[in-house]
Amino acid sequence: MINWHTLFFLLFAVPTCLFAVAVVASANVVRMAMCLIASLAAVAGLYFLAGADFVGAMQLMIYVGGTLVLLVFGVMLTVQGPSVSLKISSANWLMAGLAGGALLIVLLSAVVGIEAWTSKAVAETAPAVEAGHTVAPLGMGLLGIRVDQLSQQDPTLRRGMSGYLLPFEIVSVHLLVVLIGAAHLARAKRRRTASTPATTAPLNPEP
Amino acid sequence: MADYLVQFGLPVWLAYGGVALMQCLILLTIMMFAAATFTWMERKVSGRIQDRLGPTRVGGRFGWLQSPADGIKLLCKEDLMPAQADKILFRLAPYISFCASFCVFLALPFSNGWVAQQLNVAAFFILAIAGLEVFGVITAGYASASKWSLYGAMREAAQVVSYEVPFGICVLIPVMVAGTLDLVAIGNMQQGWGINWMIFHSPFMFVTFFIYLTCAVASTNRAPFDLAEAESELVAGFLTEYSGFRWSVFFMAEYGSMTAVSGLAAILFLGGWHGPIPIADLLGLTYSNHAILGWFGELLGACNFLFKAFLGVTFMMWLRWTLPRLRIDQVMTTCLKYCIPLAAAMFVGVMLWTYALPGGILPRKTPMAAVAEAPAWTTVETPGGDRP
Repeated sequence: MINWHTLFFLLFAVPTCLFAVAVVASANVVRMAMCLIASLAAVAGLYFLAGADFVGAMQLMIYVGGTLVLLVFGVMLTVQGPSVSLKISSANWLMAGLAGGALLIVLLSAVVGIEAWTSKAVAETAPAVEAGHTVAPLGMGLLGIRVDQLSQQDPTLRRGMSGYLLPFEIVSVHLLVVLIGAAHLARAKRRRTASTPATTAPLNPEP
Repeated sequence: MADYLVQFGLPVWLAYGGVALMQCLILLTIMMFAAATFTWMERKVSGRIQDRLGPTRVGGRFGWLQSPADGIKLLCKEDLMPAQADKILFRLAPYISFCASFCVFLALPFSNGWVAQQLNVAAFFILAIAGLEVFGVITAGYASASKWSLYGAMREAAQVVSYEVPFGICVLIPVMVAGTLDLVAIGNMQQGWGINWMIFHSPFMFVTFFIYLTCAVASTNRAPFDLAEAESELVAGFLTEYSGFRWSVFFMAEYGSMTAVSGLAAILFLGGWHGPIPIADLLGLTYSNHAILGWFGELLGACNFLFKAFLGVTFMMWLRWTLPRLRIDQVMTTCLKYCIPLAAAMFVGVMLWTYALPGGILPRKTPMAAVAEAPAWTTVETPGGDRP
């Protein structure tokens, strides 16, 4: 039964899959990166369709706008000639096929296995999602107030479910440490001896 | 509005589709009109700044018809493509830029509620989309198979990725004070006299506005930060191999995003659709009096907003024809050594200011106080409440 939701879902889901396949099938590194951008952007479209505006914008910001710009940047720096083609050995194909196939089986079993996702009655009687009001609950959840758990009767349970602030801080400090470490490892080394003045030039300000 | 049409017996798909199409067309018209006006204005402003006249021949004394004449010329020009170019990406690149620039307008409110899609995360969405415009430039630079283009694209990538950080922090500061990412709500908070504008919130906010302007100019790739084009060094940078219509699409994208960042500045700092004097309120043009009067009030607000965005773009032109282009290392120094630390310091400053003076020095709305009202959150029911 095709209705508008299905149509819009397909509008984003089909490009996601097609471009994902194109990433693998293409032999040109830059085209691969572009297909990856299209695929990830279509995933962001799916999030917007599901009413998860924040996640969709996050997907655009981090994956499409952040990671892939760096990826394309790196690819452009390393690419030799206008169209580099990659040759993939059959052993690599086999390995990739095994890993990808295993993941696909796990995900498919999850999709089929969860009762709530397959039963049609639930999907149709589910309360209409109040689309687009996800930011404030997320922020409050981060601060320790789980607005979706306020109706929880047991006070000890309710306290146990409060907040993501500590995990979030740990992750961000961890990321900061990694970044500083990477910058330290990658920076131009200064020679201790003064015999080679060229290497004692100030650091390149470009990142 | 679509619901309104459905009441009159229109089928749902026609109502929603029609309204969506109409909004797209309106936004496209605004963007095209902005591009046409600003190309003409750029010539006039640059002419005046350099003590010239600018266009005078086409269409009367002020050269009003210069933009249509340019458009016709560009449409008639041959679209060249280098033999070595990556054909698909070369064709695709201008449209990537244009789409990113256009999508910003989807979430940008022009007046209270006059927005194509009122997103709860509008400010964040605009930031995310604006960052995508760089892909068009990178693709163009790569696909042209020319070293000038590639240099331009690399510079652009380095510059835009770096400037996204202070730009994001600068957007975050008004958002933090407002307590929402919804641009319509942020605009409505600055209602009243001009002193209620976000820029007058605190001295720190005042400084933030200028950091924002710097980063906005840099992220729209305008002089003095137009390293990606740099016609004195790189021929025309990523545009070297482009001509005719595709070239003009790039410029439409550039003027579109200039308008967009100026509009965002107007909403975040300069009171959005509220003028310095609340004329609409004083004249009684509010919905509480009559729906039509309210509509006229909104119209006045939209004019206010467009005028502020227009002033922002004019300021960018003034900068372009006044300041010399920076070197790439100077661009990076400006970003990493000045803009980011300054923006971070302003962030802390505004935070402390808001904490110490939640009501501000002057009587104003206290958005932060609204966050403290915990009972309000009990009414918010999120989907997926069954998560552990």
